[in-house]
Amino acid sequence: MSVRRDSFSVSFTVGAYGSAFGAASIAAHFTVLQTCLLSLLLFSGASQFAVIGVIGAGGAAINAIATSTLLGTRNALYGLRMAPILKMRGIKRALGAQITIDESTGVALAQSDSGIEAMREGFWLTGIGVYIFWNLFTLLGALGAKAIGDPSAWGLDAAVPAAFLGLLWPRINDRKTRILSITAIAFSLALVPFVSAGIPIISCVLLAVLIGWRE
Amino acid sequence: MNKYWIAVIGASALAYGVKIFGASVPESWLSHPRVMRINLLIPVALLTALVAVNSFATKTRLVLDHRSAGIAAAITLLIAKAPFPIVVVGAAITSALVYRAF
Repeated sequence: MSVRRDSFSVSFTVGAYGSAFGAASIAAHFTVLQTCLLSLLLFSGASQFAVIGVIGAGGAAINAIATSTLLGTRNALYGLRMAPILKMRGIKRALGAQITIDESTGVALAQSDSGIEAMREGFWLTGIGVYIFWNLFTLLGALGAKAIGDPSAWGLDAAVPAAFLGLLWPRINDRKTRILSITAIAFSLALVPFVSAGIPIISCVLLAVLIGWRE
Repeated sequence: MNKYWIAVIGASALAYGVKIFGASVPESWLSHPRVMRINLLIPVALLTALVAVNSFATKTRLVLDHRSAGIAAAITLLIAKAPFPIVVVGAAITSALVYRAF
């Protein structure tokens, strides 16, 4: 029972953030259709915000794609972690891969005391639940933003960095991540006047590699 | 096809490629400690840069404007342990008020 409760509460709360994405995407001049396709096809919160964040800042498509893809690499590790538990094949693996995200993996791993069946149930219920609510709220947020007009007058252009900050905050949890974060602020802003938009963001991957290289 | 469509389709296709790759490869491929460490740090680096650039830059200019006020509100709310929706809405309201005031 508690698997279902966990899955539902995570699905609904996380899904509701989809409205922030929908509204921010419209503020970055994406259409309602493009906004909904990002939630349906890309379906990974931070990567979706990266696409609209880089394009919204005036960056080129290639920078948006690269930043989004690098932010999504953790999903591959989740897939790797879940593979021996889910043991998916064929069409089930094709569908399961799409819903392998922070939340479905998190809820599944949280059930490890209740056995492998509970972990599988947690993965599928949470993945499908987040998918449904995230897409529903994306549409509502996009339509809402479309209805109100000038995004700056409603603070939508500040909602994008605030959403990134909300995603970032829990990940800054030790000395290494604090140093990386402060360095990334300085490095990206220092590059802004000298390179085209979008490059300062993707360049910060170098800092992650440098700082992560050594123990 | 404009850059919006290229970004939507390209990012979506690669995101799925990454997911299916993780579900299909043998575990030893990605479990090297260095790969794991860097993988944990990449989101921190990129999200930080996205916060900084989306708060303090317009195209290739550094600016202090209503968005900076919004992000300051978001930081304050996060320090006060406010939940995610409150942080986003608080930043939006602050930014909107500053935008309308000037």
